[in-house]
Amino acid sequence: MRTLLLRSLFARPVTIGAPSPEDAALAEVGAALEAQARRLFGRSITIREVDAGSCNGCELEIHALSNAVYDVERFGIRFAASPRHADVLLVTGPVTKNMKVALERTYAATPNPKWVVAVGDCACGCGIFAESYATVGSVEAVLPVDLHIKGCPPRPIELLRGLLALLKSATSG
Amino acid sequence: MADDALTEILDLAKALDVLAPWPRFEVDSNAWTQIGHLLKAGDADMLALWCEPHAVHLALRAPASDACVVSLAISDGSFPSIGQFHPPAIRLERTIHDLYGIVAKGCPDRRPWLDHGAWELQAPLGTRPSAPVRDPADYAFLPVRGQGLHQVPVGPVHAGTIEPGHFRFTANGEMVARVEERLGYTHKGIDALMAGSDIDHAARIAARISGDSTVAYSFAFAHAVESALGVEAPARAQVLRGVMAELERIANHFGDIGAICNDAAFALAHAHCGIFRERVLAVCDRVFGHRLMMGCIVPGGVAADISAENAAEIVAVLDDLTPRFAEIVKLYDDTPSLQDRTCNTGIVGKELVRRWAAGGYVGRASGRDFDARRDIGYPPYAGMSVDAPVLERGDVDARVWVRIREAEASMKLLRGWLAAIPAGPLQTALPAVREPREGCAMIEAFRGDIWFWLRVADGRVERAHARDASVFQWPLLEAAIEDNIIADFPICNKSFNCSYAGHDL
Ligand code: SF4
Repeated sequence: MRTLLLRSLFARPVTIGAPSPEDAALAEVGAALEAQARRLFGRSITIREVDAGSCNGCELEIHALSNAVYDVERFGIRFAASPRHADVLLVTGPVTKNMKVALERTYAATPNPKWVVAVGDCACGCGIFAESYATVGSVEAVLPVDLHIKGCPPRPIELLRGLLALLKSATSG
Repeated sequence: MADDALTEILDLAKALDVLAPWPRFEVDSNAWTQIGHLLKAGDADMLALWCEPHAVHLALRAPASDACVVSLAISDGSFPSIGQFHPPAIRLERTIHDLYGIVAKGCPDRRPWLDHGAWELQAPLGTRPSAPVRDPADYAFLPVRGQGLHQVPVGPVHAGTIEPGHFRFTANGEMVARVEERLGYTHKGIDALMAGSDIDHAARIAARISGDSTVAYSFAFAHAVESALGVEAPARAQVLRGVMAELERIANHFGDIGAICNDAAFALAHAHCGIFRERVLAVCDRVFGHRLMMGCIVPGGVAADISAENAAEIVAVLDDLTPRFAEIVKLYDDTPSLQDRTCNTGIVGKELVRRWAAGGYVGRASGRDFDARRDIGYPPYAGMSVDAPVLERGDVDARVWVRIREAEASMKLLRGWLAAIPAGPLQTALPAVREPREGCAMIEAFRGDIWFWLRVADGRVERAHARDASVFQWPLLEAAIEDNIIADFPICNKSFNCSYAGHDL
């Protein structure tokens, strides 16, 4: 065990370089932010993730953001356990009717200023579940959405691009 | 002995020549009830219980024999409850009532299960009368009485990045007296979405039932379609399916082993396991074009091929990970502070696991020696020796060890296949069949066996039903947490890692 610990201590980081924030995402987010709110953020954002009925594929990739390769914390992006500590709600899945109320309450519990990011094709457009009696629709059908990150599921690198765009717009200006 | 009792019942029943590869029988309510008694006595495992507007179906399997399906026609909107004899059927009967409005007469629990009163429809798969929206909070949790007991409601939105569900803890101080699950938050009406859609579209839905088992679900769907239409995927496709299924298994086991250690405050193992998982997903992305391999298995074969260099690339990743994983395993084994949290925590008894026919590592960590890869023996596993380790202790530690051994066995299987992938085509064309045919399949996903049944006609799926391993694992989690402290719930939960999406469908 000691060798493993020592090796872990002296090993070079396994993280990959930061991707450049996506232009389309930058434009979408930039328009959604007010200059007043930008100053409030400092250089970090705290995210509360809400699964509003996904297949869990999107969650798996959001999880990957915290692994040693993507390590989002190095950019000042943190995940919080409660919406009360969050600046950003990261919402996945087509919103199921059974989750609608919980999603609305989570949004209400998030302090202003706040942003909503829809992650995945389901959250962005309800995807393959649009026709169902049990879904409300995309996240936009329930909450105002500031940024869409498409993909089924989006790769972690794509998530990172979108979030960096959000961070950049939120903290510049 | 057990076999005989079932054979006797089925000898008198009407064999319907519609389902493949296993038989389906039409029984009367008398025989149906007898089967309930049989399940109660432990003479057969219940594999699935589902419904159509005019019939209810039950899949079962006596030890060491083939599975079969028995069907009971429904005339007056009800059928005799199996749950009154065999508790694992209760949640399924509540589901049948929610979706079809059909009553399981005698079922000890009549509360709704997936229907939270928000659909604006009652029995959406039944006759579709509209219904007023109920208050989702208006749900009667089981009463608990006793001195000093208090309740802690948790969810549906949890503290971590996980799927939604509700847990109602009743505790005495720190000690959990009972936890009651309320699920259904991710219900998307998959059975209804599949009904009537063409085979390709239904395959896309199947791939999106549970994101961590997308390969296994696509595999099960494809297998059921192929059985129904009487075709087989080409040899090369079958081996590639195996490769994908085992890559999915190790990726999930790596991730979960790390996450369990993390819940025991051992972040080092978590960090390493996270990298292992990432390495596997990254190579899947390069080779198959999708990190989770979603949509790579299709009815008739596979949609993605791999070159000799690709195969070598995967083997290189395995070569790199094998010794590093061994080090983490040793670390797990040598760290008493970690074992202090996992040993004797969240025990599930052998008898309970047998009764529920719980699959995967939950079953195998509690002495239930079943693995669909070996015991159902579908290609490419048929005729191969699949190591399926079985332990008896049934605690978190046992579930960790079963997963460790499974990951090692998967890496061995992968090496074998990748060394010699048969040449040939990737897909067999599906024949156009006009009349209705039924197919079913049982596939070992990383968390346990998946059951898939469907009826196809004229290139369309008329009806389909999938049952996730979680269906029979969730209730055991309730049992596992009793007499543990609330703080140990996350680690118990993680060691099960039941699927919400796969359960709620
Ligand atoms: S976008 Fe894809 S991965 Fe994400 S929840 Fe929807 S089906 Fe699952």
